[in-house]
Amino acid sequence: MSDPLLELSGVTIRFGGLTAVSSVDADVREGELAGLIGPNGAGKTTVFNMITGVYQPTEGAISFGGQPTAGLKPYRITELGIARTFQNIRLFPSLTVFDNVRVAFHLHLDHDSVHSLTRGPKFQAEEVQLRERTRELLSIFRLERVQDEPAKSLSYGDQRRLEIIRALATRPKLLLLDEPAAGMNPTEKDELMKLIRFIRDRFGLAILLVEHDMKVVMGICERIHVLEYGRKIAEGTPSGIRGDPKVIAAYLGEEPVKES
Amino acid sequence: MFPPRSQRILLAVLAASALLSAVSGRLNPYFLDVALGAGISVVLASSLNLINGFTGQFSLGHAGFMAVGAYASAMLTTTLAPRLGLSANLLQWVFFPLSLVAGGLLAALAGVAVGAPSLRLKGDYLAIVTLGFGEIIKVVLQNVDAVGASRGLTGIPSHTNFFWVFGSAAVTVYVVWALLNSTYGRGFLAVADDEVAAEAMGLNTTGYKITAFVVGAFFAGVAGGLYAHLKGYLNPGGFSFDKSIEIVVMVILGGMGRHSGVVVAALLLTVLTESLRQTGAFRMIVYSVLLIVLMLTRPQGLFVWPLWSKKEGRP
Amino acid sequence: MTEFLQQVLNGVSLGAIYALIALGYTMVYGVLRFINFAHSDVFMLGAFVGWATVERLHLPTRSFGGGLAALALAMVVCAILGVVIEKLAYKPLRNRSTLTVLITAIGVSLLIQNVSQNPTIGFGPNPRAYPELFPARQIHLGGLTVSTNQIVVLAVTVVLLAVLHWIVHRTRTGTAMRALSFNATAASLVGINNDRIISFTFALGSALAGAGGVLYATLYPSIDPLMGTLPGLKAFVAAVLGGIGNLPGAALGGLLIGLVETFVSGTRLSTFRDAIAFAILIAILLFRPAGLLGKLKVEKV
Repeated sequence: MSDPLLELSGVTIRFGGLTAVSSVDADVREGELAGLIGPNGAGKTTVFNMITGVYQPTEGAISFGGQPTAGLKPYRITELGIARTFQNIRLFPSLTVFDNVRVAFHLHLDHDSVHSLTRGPKFQAEEVQLRERTRELLSIFRLERVQDEPAKSLSYGDQRRLEIIRALATRPKLLLLDEPAAGMNPTEKDELMKLIRFIRDRFGLAILLVEHDMKVVMGICERIHVLEYGRKIAEGTPSGIRGDPKVIAAYLGEEPVKES
Repeated sequence: MFPPRSQRILLAVLAASALLSAVSGRLNPYFLDVALGAGISVVLASSLNLINGFTGQFSLGHAGFMAVGAYASAMLTTTLAPRLGLSANLLQWVFFPLSLVAGGLLAALAGVAVGAPSLRLKGDYLAIVTLGFGEIIKVVLQNVDAVGASRGLTGIPSHTNFFWVFGSAAVTVYVVWALLNSTYGRGFLAVADDEVAAEAMGLNTTGYKITAFVVGAFFAGVAGGLYAHLKGYLNPGGFSFDKSIEIVVMVILGGMGRHSGVVVAALLLTVLTESLRQTGAFRMIVYSVLLIVLMLTRPQGLFVWPLWSKKEGRP
Repeated sequence: MTEFLQQVLNGVSLGAIYALIALGYTMVYGVLRFINFAHSDVFMLGAFVGWATVERLHLPTRSFGGGLAALALAMVVCAILGVVIEKLAYKPLRNRSTLTVLITAIGVSLLIQNVSQNPTIGFGPNPRAYPELFPARQIHLGGLTVSTNQIVVLAVTVVLLAVLHWIVHRTRTGTAMRALSFNATAASLVGINNDRIISFTFALGSALAGAGGVLYATLYPSIDPLMGTLPGLKAFVAAVLGGIGNLPGAALGGLLIGLVETFVSGTRLSTFRDAIAFAILIAILLFRPAGLLGKLKVEKV
């Protein structure tokens, strides 16, 4: 068992009078495939937004690789090695598929605005290398055939995949996937599960996913955290979670039926 | 290969401007005047294109940046230059470009001031704030006696020539093009498309927006300096909201976020405006109808063909 | 102290006019989420309609009847104009990007200004003296000087605000307006005819701007085709100050801007008067972007 990569302790956030997430403890280990589930409105995406710095927790602390992330802007957190996708796909719609990925390599660039103007040999070599890496990444996911199309013209499934590829281009240690299976049919979901496992193995990173689809979550996650009304009610392996009365109650909306 | 093709083109255009500048004295003065005006428009429109088109920060204050540069450089050439006792050649070829750069730098500083609100504001709110900034500059200029207040600033030497105008235009177009055409530069487009996603991909959106405002304002300031030393006279009223709108129309007509379309639009509109001058009072009517009809029928710009690019209708 | 009260009185009468214009900005923003740049030109045309009632229709000057008739006519003409502008320029752009609509609005504004400035088809660019629509007298109260025109401005504004409040809160159309600005999609789902309500909103806002135009020209009796720009921008600032989309906010913002401007005019900074409104605007947007009475919307990620 490895050290926790991401650690949330006592994380709470309030919007006005509403406590959306309340003292949640959770962690993700290096290379782990973890899931975050819960009924609608349980605060899953809010947790994502706190991890990525879009929201600041009201109380509690989040640390990544041992470093506290409080007060860091989202792009700084991405620099630390957390990348994400969005529930309602947020690509750069008017950029080409190629540029969507290329721009995400930006974090690991040596050049900046001045080098763009001088366009010296080092700048050019780096650009050539980046184009190569972009093409390579696209070809791993077989999207190189549409690389010059604007991202908005892709099919829904391809847009989802492109969003994941773009996140990978930032070279994260932890990838957050927000409902990757939303809107997919059963065949596509099977492919997605294979894809997620493949990404974890190929890129050696940890993945935390928020997902509604139980089949997907139970099928790929090694450990699952369950939220209800902003509180964490359970944590464990898929089989452990499946049998947990509190989880069943949360999903069925009532006390488990007692055996008489 | 070094220098890359883009820089070789830049050098070629600079050389051509220098050659043409040498013979520009033989041109019809009216024609030369229109040509220089058109070149200054290219500087203004290309620099605004970086802010409004590529980075998606809608600014209505470009005339304000232009005013800062115009007054700053004109103050240098009218008050400082005479005390230095420089030769005509030194004034024209050394002091003048330095005063243009100084004007540009001061405008860039104003760009930081205006760019700062843009970090929190979007769309029409930002448009109004930049508009307000332009008006504030105008009111301040109207009230500062040292720059002639509402009487205006007169006696500005006419240093602006063919080389300085088209040289500046070429440099502006090159800078905007080069900034955009790199992995770093694709970030401007990403910020325009989706700020939240850009930030999540590790892009410093604040940095990009400020850079766009600073670079855009710098060249607007340079254009202001060129304008001042072309007309020989400055009046705060000349940098009103209408001037900003004129530049915005060039950018929109050329298709926001397109290099060549905007250059063509800037040249064409300046010449068109000049030829409409005969129709006097009807000129601005034609202008406004053009703007409305364009928005209703072809919001992606006039000089944008599907052949040119697959991305269309960038908002 | 008397001088202070005098300034308050002057500020409130100017602010009342800003409030009338600001309401139009805020209502349109409420239903369509864009800044109607042409609003300030509708205000200008309102003033010109008042002028035409005397110069062309030969209504009596210096009479309350004639003055109120001019006011009513300006409101009707501006209401129609507002609806026409909306149908021709903005309606075809529903669901297009904010910037497209904003640029179109700027185009409409420039068109109205330049047609009005044209000596052949418009009024020409030169300022004209405004006829005395209402009987103008100065009343001395202690040390205060109150003009009957100021009383007219305040009385008309109060009546119009009361009518507006009644329309928005007590009629079906008003309820539909509020529903539309709350959630346009939901409003159309429950059977509200969005297009009709948007037209009504433009009519209402433009009528108030028309009244504002006549009242403004009554206080500052010189009119020209560009007279709308500065009051329009200040009224817009007022709308943002109060919280855009918020009706009481717009009225409050108008009063505050009027007061600040009047007090600044009384100091050595008077020539910077027109820049003050923008400085206020930038300050609000930076420190309290939702305005005084507005609620901030958090963008959903």
